[in-house]
Amino acid sequence: MDVNDYIASGILELYVAGVLSEKENLEVNGYANQFPEIKEEIIAIEASILELSRRSTNAEPYPFSKLMDTLSDQKEIKVLPLKEKQTEWTKYLGWAASLLFALGLFWTYNQNEALKSELEVVSKQNSLLEEQIADSDTSLEKTRTLLNTIREKDVSVIDLAGQDVSPESYAKVYWNRAQETVFIDAKGLPRPPDGFVYQVWSLKLSPTLTPTSIGLLDTFEEDENKIFKLTNSNSSEGFGITLEPSGGSDSPNLEQLFTLGVVSNS
Amino acid sequence: MALDILVENFQKKDASAFEQLYKMYSENILGVINTIVKNEGRSQEICQDVFIKIWNSSDSYNASKGRFFTWILNIARNAAIDEIRSKSHKNDKKNFSADYFVGMLQQSDEDNIDVDSKGLKNLIRNLKEKCVQIIELIYFRGYTQKEAAEELDIPVGTVKTRNRNCISQIRVQMKTK
Repeated sequence: MDVNDYIASGILELYVAGVLSEKENLEVNGYANQFPEIKEEIIAIEASILELSRRSTNAEPYPFSKLMDTLSDQKEIKVLPLKEKQTEWTKYLGWAASLLFALGLFWTYNQNEALKSELEVVSKQNSLLEEQIADSDTSLEKTRTLLNTIREKDVSVIDLAGQDVSPESYAKVYWNRAQETVFIDAKGLPRPPDGFVYQVWSLKLSPTLTPTSIGLLDTFEEDENKIFKLTNSNSSEGFGITLEPSGGSDSPNLEQLFTLGVVSNS
Repeated sequence: MALDILVENFQKKDASAFEQLYKMYSENILGVINTIVKNEGRSQEICQDVFIKIWNSSDSYNASKGRFFTWILNIARNAAIDEIRSKSHKNDKKNFSADYFVGMLQQSDEDNIDVDSKGLKNLIRNLKEKCVQIIELIYFRGYTQKEAAEELDIPVGTVKTRNRNCISQIRVQMKTK
């Protein structure tokens, strides 16, 4: 190592200032013990800082006796050991408190997560229930409308009795002449076999028996109430229901006549 | 050598060794504190606190890690910086700037007769502002090379050499006097 280069680098000035790393301090100290020139240079640098700092105030420090008085006061009240104990104790208290706090925070977080998922389940249940209520409301409304319709003053009720094909079958026709609508209550009819459909006929009895199709009960399977609304502008004298191939027929297949009824003259 | 023995005795709680060290360094430490705190009464109190502290923690000084003066210098610097960061100086922002020596350079000689009884101005009169700035940051504020480079906006490598040149100028001034 070139001592002069080392001195010229300016590292010794930083050493005196105390702003080097611990490793650098040890290194400089090692060279200072090894090379007297380095040690002398350090002392000269220190002397310049001592001179600069000495002149940096017009005041004088307190006398040494004042310092010793303060120190002996401190000894008498035994501040030091007490202080040390206290710092130990408060240090642990601080750690314990922060640990507790962290645990509490963790617990609260877990609680919060659990509540969140519970809330989610409940709100799902809630919307399911709401749907059910809405469905019930709609169903109730439909039933009411139906009931009101068939209760109206102008409605005639025609009983259709079971025929040879199916003597136990029955049906009812609610006919509102003014509104030209009929409601067929087909609850008493068996489920039609696949590929077949019930067809409703308006009958004219005289002078000759003339059937006119007024519609198919093609939603028989789906309709829970088994009440079907059809339009009828005929001046019907009777109604009949036959089983026809899907799509219906132009004229009724009388061998498959399930129910039949006559409008009473009133 | 004498200093080494003095410090050793001081570490063995020898009060007379402590007194000698106090006489050697208390004025300098007071000066260091005053460049930061800029209040001589307060600086005297802090200076006493610093020496009480070094007496109570004399074990923590390790000669292989630095000069004895450097050790006290560090403690004094920290105490003074704590002071200006504390409540009592909260509203007095000018204390935060390292401008003690620059301020001294800028004062006219007439102003200095009363306030500069120990001849600080005389010691630094030939130094440029950039010199007293770097000295104040490194010795009186404890800035590292890197911090000083950032503060002064100069390359890190320049800090060491500029600082050395500035200290050399003080040494020359000390000899001529």
